[in-house]
Amino acid sequence: MASPESGSSYDVEFRSVVKHFADVRAVDDVSFALKRGSFHSFLGPSGCGKTTSLRLIAGFEQPDSGSVEIAGQSVVGVPAYRRPVNMVFQHYALFPHMDVASNVGYGLRQRKPRADAAEIDKQVAAALELVRLPHLGKRRAWELSGGQQQRVALARALINRPTVLLLDEPLAALDRKLRREMQIELQNLQREVGITFVLVTHDQEEALSMSDTIGIMKDGKVVQFGTPEELYDAPVNRYVADFVGESNFFSGSVASCDDTGAAITTPSGLTLQAPFSRLGGKLQPGAKATIAVRPEVIGLWQPGAVPAGLDISRPARLLNRIYLGDHSEFQIEADGLGPVLVRLPKHSTEGQALEPGDQVIMGWKRERALALSEA
Amino acid sequence: MLRAYSAFIYLFLYAPIALIVVFSFNSGNNASDFQDFGVDWYFKAANNSLMLAALENSIIVAATASVLATIMGTMAAIALQNVRGPLRVIFDGLTYIAIMVPGIVIGIATLIALVTTFDAANTILAGIWPGDAPPKLSLGYGSIIAAHTLFAMALVIIIVRARIAGMDRSLIEASADLYADPLATFRQVTLPQLMPGIVAGFLLSFTFSFDDFVIAFFVAGSKNTLPIYVFSSIRRGVTPEINAIGTAVMLFSLTALITAQILLRRGNKPTR
Repeated sequence: MASPESGSSYDVEFRSVVKHFADVRAVDDVSFALKRGSFHSFLGPSGCGKTTSLRLIAGFEQPDSGSVEIAGQSVVGVPAYRRPVNMVFQHYALFPHMDVASNVGYGLRQRKPRADAAEIDKQVAAALELVRLPHLGKRRAWELSGGQQQRVALARALINRPTVLLLDEPLAALDRKLRREMQIELQNLQREVGITFVLVTHDQEEALSMSDTIGIMKDGKVVQFGTPEELYDAPVNRYVADFVGESNFFSGSVASCDDTGAAITTPSGLTLQAPFSRLGGKLQPGAKATIAVRPEVIGLWQPGAVPAGLDISRPARLLNRIYLGDHSEFQIEADGLGPVLVRLPKHSTEGQALEPGDQVIMGWKRERALALSEA
Repeated sequence: MLRAYSAFIYLFLYAPIALIVVFSFNSGNNASDFQDFGVDWYFKAANNSLMLAALENSIIVAATASVLATIMGTMAAIALQNVRGPLRVIFDGLTYIAIMVPGIVIGIATLIALVTTFDAANTILAGIWPGDAPPKLSLGYGSIIAAHTLFAMALVIIIVRARIAGMDRSLIEASADLYADPLATFRQVTLPQLMPGIVAGFLLSFTFSFDDFVIAFFVAGSKNTLPIYVFSSIRRGVTPEINAIGTAVMLFSLTALITAQILLRRGNKPTR
């Protein structure tokens, strides 16, 4: 048998994993491999199968078919308490009848033969130090704030030096500012301990900011697996483009296409051209498709001040302007395109003078948009 | 108006009890004529050998019945957790019905069931016994303990079930995630989480058994429990001694009930 250190360079591998609940396919023929020491996220709306995937790694669920491997060894049929993984639960699941130190040392105390009590105390102190909560060992878990409980849960998992650390929406219960802090801290912690982290979240910002790789899930399937840059710059379809960052979508049918891009005719009769996504498939003429344009790609100008070189430009009416500090968002109604969201940086000269009700020209360069398949 | 009304309600509720407590400290001979303050009757009661025998019976019955009810009720409550669907509804219904059946019905039913069983068993025993004097099953400790255990078990099931329902399931998963096998999880997480409910169930079972008159009266046979002793001595007239016994029993029961309440409340707080 290979020891966890040797063998595969992947810490978690799914091969054609299927898991049903009653007649719902929660995980539907999913395969992926997570590199040792990486920070991976599963991103998707509730019910997409991301939490079930995590529970399959933890051992709380067993696959109906396919295989789950941890550090190169199949763990199918292995119960949770024999797997070298630890989880940070959504609501932390700290034991209320124990103090913080007993919570953190729980995993070490289950080892057989039982570890030396002084050694456990030492490691607990070190783990609390790691999550920057020294001197709180004697407190009860429920006396702590949400952020502190979060750190205790992290310490309780990390003290066992698991092969994989699982995080089930760990930041969902925290307020926005604390969430940002914990994101940075989690990322630093992951680099410090070098353990593979697997995070489940529905918050795309969270996934993008922390992960080395992301799996976007929908209806039990992984729609796209890649780095945050790949997902943002080269989504495989509309679903991914919609879930990662924000996009305007102009749907229609493919009028013509070549190897590099397609022209799509909208229901209002406009024809818009855009290149294919680097990682998306090619489109067939007549197929339903969409042009995705990020809000920051679109420009706004006063009529008559339109620069040369725009591939697409349409007259539009400004409906609303939302000030967001370093940038502003503009909701406009463009002729033939309907409502469009535009994002301009704070110091853009064009954006300064615009007020709701103004007539403007909106436009973008075709190579900055993407032609994508629907769904 | 309403205020006076509710004051009267509580007056009617507690005045008789207060009277018993007050008259238990009467040093005179008459139960309804307060003469001097004194604890003479408490001493008298404490030296009454009949009363002491009944008290001993009561303690033996209550202790045995409540321990049995707590163990079996807790086990049943945990096992019921894994029963799903219509069967669970039926079990739940049966548990609640067991508590609502009037004591007199339980008393008669248990009496008839026991006597019938004993008769049949004694006949068989007499037939197969090798010696001359076959053991004879009859009413006594065993029958009171059995009847009380059955009723108190339903109490424990309901209390522990409520505690299980309020428990965070992810605690059990967290324990498994931290390498504790199912037995270790039960010992280190499930049982401590259920403990306030279990102890409260034990205290309620104990006070129920200790205070019960109706069921015990039917199935006691020749054994006297304290409530049966009090009932039979009242027929010879109410003495301040009865007041003293009543006050002591009440103090004991109240302490147990309040402790149970505190445990049930405090037990529920920490699990957010």
